Amino acid sequence: MASEVSVQEVADAMYKMIKDAQGMKKFKAGDLTKAMRDVYGDAADRKTCKAAIKELIDSGRCVYTYFGGSFIEIPHDEGAANK
Amino acid sequence: MANLPNTPKLDELTKGPWPSFVSEIKRAAERSDMCKDLLGLLERSYNEKIGHWKHGGIVGVMGYGGGVIGRYTDLPEEFPNISHFHTLRINQPAGWFYTSEALRTLADIWEKHGSGLTNMHGSTGDIIFLGTRTEELEPTFADLTAAGFDLGGSGSDMRTPSACCGKARCEWACYDTMKACYDTTMRYQDELHRPMFPYKWKFKFAGCPNDCVASIARADISVIGTWRDDIKIDQAEVKNYADAGLDIFDDVVLNCPGKCMKWDGNTLEIDNDYCRHCMHCINVMPKALAPGDKRGATVLIGAKAPIIEGALLSSVVIPFIDIDEEYEEFCDIIERMQDIWSEEGKNRERVGEFIQRVGMGNFFEAAEIDLIPEMVTHPRENPYIFFEDYYEEGDEEEEEE
Repeated sequence: MASEVSVQEVADAMYKMIKDAQGMKKFKAGDLTKAMRDVYGDAADRKTCKAAIKELIDSGRCVYTYFGGSFIEIPHDEGAANK
Repeated sequence: MANLPNTPKLDELTKGPWPSFVSEIKRAAERSDMCKDLLGLLERSYNEKIGHWKHGGIVGVMGYGGGVIGRYTDLPEEFPNISHFHTLRINQPAGWFYTSEALRTLADIWEKHGSGLTNMHGSTGDIIFLGTRTEELEPTFADLTAAGFDLGGSGSDMRTPSACCGKARCEWACYDTMKACYDTTMRYQDELHRPMFPYKWKFKFAGCPNDCVASIARADISVIGTWRDDIKIDQAEVKNYADAGLDIFDDVVLNCPGKCMKWDGNTLEIDNDYCRHCMHCINVMPKALAPGDKRGATVLIGAKAPIIEGALLSSVVIPFIDIDEEYEEFCDIIERMQDIWSEEGKNRERVGEFIQRVGMGNFFEAAEIDLIPEMVTHPRENPYIFFEDYYEEGDEEEEEE
């Protein structure tokens, strides 16, 4: 039986994953969900992961970006943006 | 008159009897410096035959991952007023019905916060606001939501569902397209605003096989109205059409793709078992023919316009559903298919491409959808499904021999 994992715990794990890969790899929502399932098993179900992503976005710790597809990243200065 | 840039090439596009986007931008440029710079940039692009735009990036409103498409010019020093020129997609009402007051409200919001230029509507179906700066995004969003509007979809999310005007204005509508569109928009708000898929996912609801929203060519899920009983015929009206000069044999019977019609000069006969529900005869003689009474919808999957790979038309998943009554069943099937695609789809792979990669039979098996012979790519074609049950032991060896 899968052990319990909180939304906040999953959000923090997702955030660490995004932070560690910043500048090297971008993650989509699906990538994060699959990675959490690898770590937490069935406890990190789709609903929990969805709530964790929502927490990351609504708290401002992460933002959605679009570079040929939609990714979840830590807010950063955009290279393409004109100041 | 505002001091507009010299644009001889663009001016060529103001000639002729048709409305011109150049004329509209010029009118807007009398009040908007953004539009003035837009004219200058476009003229330069026409001269150099090079586009001067970059798109994508981080821009958006808090909490949303869709609805804003970042756009910048690569010549910000020369055209400072369009150094940012972001696009907003606004979720349109089902069937594109507005009051004139709502349109004025939208126009006022956009003149206050952006260039004032719009597309009514974009190919997605949304209202498109063209051109604003990053710092204006949140204020625009606040004004829009206060007026009862919301952003639409963009990026790898569920795109804003769209529908034909359906029963609101069309006698051919076989189900309530606007209700289905509205219910789908409301049910999938998370999917619409928070990109969670490998790529875009589009719903389009067409009330009849005329498919006025082109769903069969563009939507990942096409819901097309149809009927399952016989076409209704008023023979007296058929005769009236003939008396008025319509060549029923040439213009109707010979154009029937199912070759299921007979016309002896007095009576029109239809062999409904062979009717492909293309609507051609009904369109030619709308007073004489009409869809049957047992109306519902066919649900298809997998269409897309060409972007990364070529165009695909959709294939039948549910041959007939009374979607007005069985909406929950419809959603259940959709969500199972979405789950499989979300799990196994590659980045930027539309569900139609995914199905091509894994095979339609495997896809449906994974989504726990029962296979039936009516699942076809084209009417009157063999099913795309391989029915193993029909094979008996030893058949494969015989075939190989």
